[in-house]
Amino acid sequence: MEKKDHIISILVHNKPDVLARVAGTLGGKGYNIDSLCVNTTTQNDISKIVMTTSGSQSTITRIENQLQRLVDVISVDDLTNVESIHREMVLVRLNLTAENSEAVKNAVDMNKWKVIVSGDTYVIIEITGDKRQVDFSLARLEPLGITDITRTGLVALTLED
Amino acid sequence: MKLKGTEIFLKALEEEKVDIIFGYPGGAVLDLYDQLYQSNLRHILVRHEQGAVHAADGYARATGKVGVCLVTSGPGATNTVTGIATANMDSIPLVVFTGQVPTGLIGNDAFQECDITGITRPCTKHNFLVRNIEELASTIKEAFHIARSGRPGPVLVDLPKNVMAAQYDYDPANVKIRNQEAIYKPAPKKMANVLDMLNAAKKPLIMTGGGVILGKASDELTLLARKYEIPVTGTLMGLGSFPGTDPLWLGMLGMHGTYYANMAVSHCDFMLAVGVRFDDRVTGSIETFASNAKIVHIDIDPSSINKNVTIDLPIIGDTKATLKDILRFLEEHHYTQDAGSRAEWLRELAEWREKVPLSYCQNGEVIKPQYVIEKLQKLTKGDVLITTDVGQHQMWTAQFFNFDRPNTFVSSGGLGTMGFGLPAAIGVKCAFPDRQVVAIAGDGSIQMNIQELATAAQYNIAVKVVLLNNEFLGMPRQWQEMFYNKRYSHTDMTYAPDFVKLAEAFGVIGLRATKPAEVETVLEQGLAADKPVLMDFRISREECVYPMVHPGGSITQMTLGSREMIN
Ligand SMILES: Cc1ncc(C[n+]2csc(CCOP(=O)(O)OP(=O)(O)O)c2C)c(N)n1
Ligand SMILES: [Mg+2]
Repeated sequence: MEKKDHIISILVHNKPDVLARVAGTLGGKGYNIDSLCVNTTTQNDISKIVMTTSGSQSTITRIENQLQRLVDVISVDDLTNVESIHREMVLVRLNLTAENSEAVKNAVDMNKWKVIVSGDTYVIIEITGDKRQVDFSLARLEPLGITDITRTGLVALTLED
Repeated sequence: MKLKGTEIFLKALEEEKVDIIFGYPGGAVLDLYDQLYQSNLRHILVRHEQGAVHAADGYARATGKVGVCLVTSGPGATNTVTGIATANMDSIPLVVFTGQVPTGLIGNDAFQECDITGITRPCTKHNFLVRNIEELASTIKEAFHIARSGRPGPVLVDLPKNVMAAQYDYDPANVKIRNQEAIYKPAPKKMANVLDMLNAAKKPLIMTGGGVILGKASDELTLLARKYEIPVTGTLMGLGSFPGTDPLWLGMLGMHGTYYANMAVSHCDFMLAVGVRFDDRVTGSIETFASNAKIVHIDIDPSSINKNVTIDLPIIGDTKATLKDILRFLEEHHYTQDAGSRAEWLRELAEWREKVPLSYCQNGEVIKPQYVIEKLQKLTKGDVLITTDVGQHQMWTAQFFNFDRPNTFVSSGGLGTMGFGLPAAIGVKCAFPDRQVVAIAGDGSIQMNIQELATAAQYNIAVKVVLLNNEFLGMPRQWQEMFYNKRYSHTDMTYAPDFVKLAEAFGVIGLRATKPAEVETVLEQGLAADKPVLMDFRISREECVYPMVHPGGSITQMTLGSREMIN
């Protein structure tokens, strides 16, 4: 069966160890987590976990069912096939040298990247977008001399309830 | 009214109608044990914490109630892990209380500290660390609720010492929990599908599993099968959910299933699978499993559906409620089986049964294990609660004892835990002191929890151990015989204690039979005693369990045993 990336949104009771339970359920059953974002919702006692993983539809159904078994899990939704928007963010640090600073400046202007801080020898750029956009920007930054990046997991929200 | 944590603990257990706990003390739970000293709650002091969990498990399997344990922190807690994993695999409701170091010391590698909630996360249904006294009563209530509701399972509650020493207001009326278990209602339109499939079927088969026993749905299942003449096979965990002496009963399916049950599975065109999870020991190769059948699968746990076998019609629901709905629907729609095709199917099954019955040959001067089991059934008239260890003796019990009632066969199916039988029998006997309780044990397995003979002796818990002693780790030996050219690598158990003397040293009656002629006398004597007894049956050393499906092969590819058995 066809393997696909899936975005799973999980509402959980904000209880001790809930993240360990979710992650452990997947790891222990041999499923991979590609990215993970966790934070509270507008309700303090409820958190949302957005997770990306890949697999065939039957694998994903199995993952959803395993997660549903957890006492602290309220709901599990696969957002892949519903209308939803996706964003992730990456912070990129570039080394500035005599040779590249002109090229960096041009690239930043041309791509409308957001520079958060810059010093004599470095610049930190923030890129936000869906996975494709972020990958695209990173590919353009690559030749300019990236020294480090930090990438968040994907967050996603459905258009309607 | 302000109460101490330890008092709240006992009151909370009282609220849950707990009448017995199995436990073992230690530093972190001494306050609790001090409270027990002045309480009427029955406590059985085991000799190893694993024994406590298996005893609570046996109690739970035989009664359908939640089994309860209490142990100390660190090694006391880690010793429970095998027992918890055993219960988890078979969905048995337990609440295991572990002591913990004071909250201020957690994370410091304090003496006898261990992260037992972390360790047991993958093998419990849920677990809790009680961080403060305010949460104590509600956590205990929630733990029992979770253990027994939905698909049951073990729940661990970790109790830091300082929490148990703290004081708090306790009023059972004010203890609230969240209700997390959704009530599944079987969808009505699915009933129509079941009817259509049954109408189309010429060779229907019911496969019953542990979920029928846990869901207390045996009566409904039996009614359905008998009313519409549908033959029944079952998993190890399903034994007793349909009467083993009924002509419609085909015996167990799977790796050591009967020839005719496995043939029925492969030839049926409709399968109603109830409360099963299609374990690989049951299905053999998935591709060939029931490949001619439309499969309806009833289970309370959505994660069981389509996990191993692809299902045509899943019905997520309580087994009892769903079977009731099916019965009602079939009745309302005047379903009747086509007499001609049903007779044809039953005749086909009878032919297979006649061709390769379950059989063995008790000749000569060596006791055959199957003979002991048949004699046990005869002498008890089947009115007995049986536990087993794990290995050949477990399979022979499953094959040769006909379990007529649910909750009478207590065995570790999913995890296959050696050493389960004796402590589980102690738990069963505590629940049913007036009934005959027999642990059918292996010589390897019994040595894993033999210390529990002391527990049985101390409280005069009159369990009867039927030791099928082949001086081998028989099951792996059988695999070595069949797949490793008889290279018996480390499965010979000839070096063993004299079990009769050992029993006597524990204060338990020890008996021995070495010849077939002695079997009945020893059983009679052992069963008649009102004290715990260990009966050492010296059986044929290299007897094999047949039929045997080759691992990973189709369940129709069975080694049936020697010619004399097939005749
Ligand atoms: C705790 C544990 N360790 C190892 C095994 C693997 N194993 C399965 S059956 C068996 C042998 C059991 O020997 P015995 O109790 O004498 O039973 P028999 O097969 O001889 O009837 C072993 C070692 C197991 N199931 N459980
Ligand atoms: Mg043995």
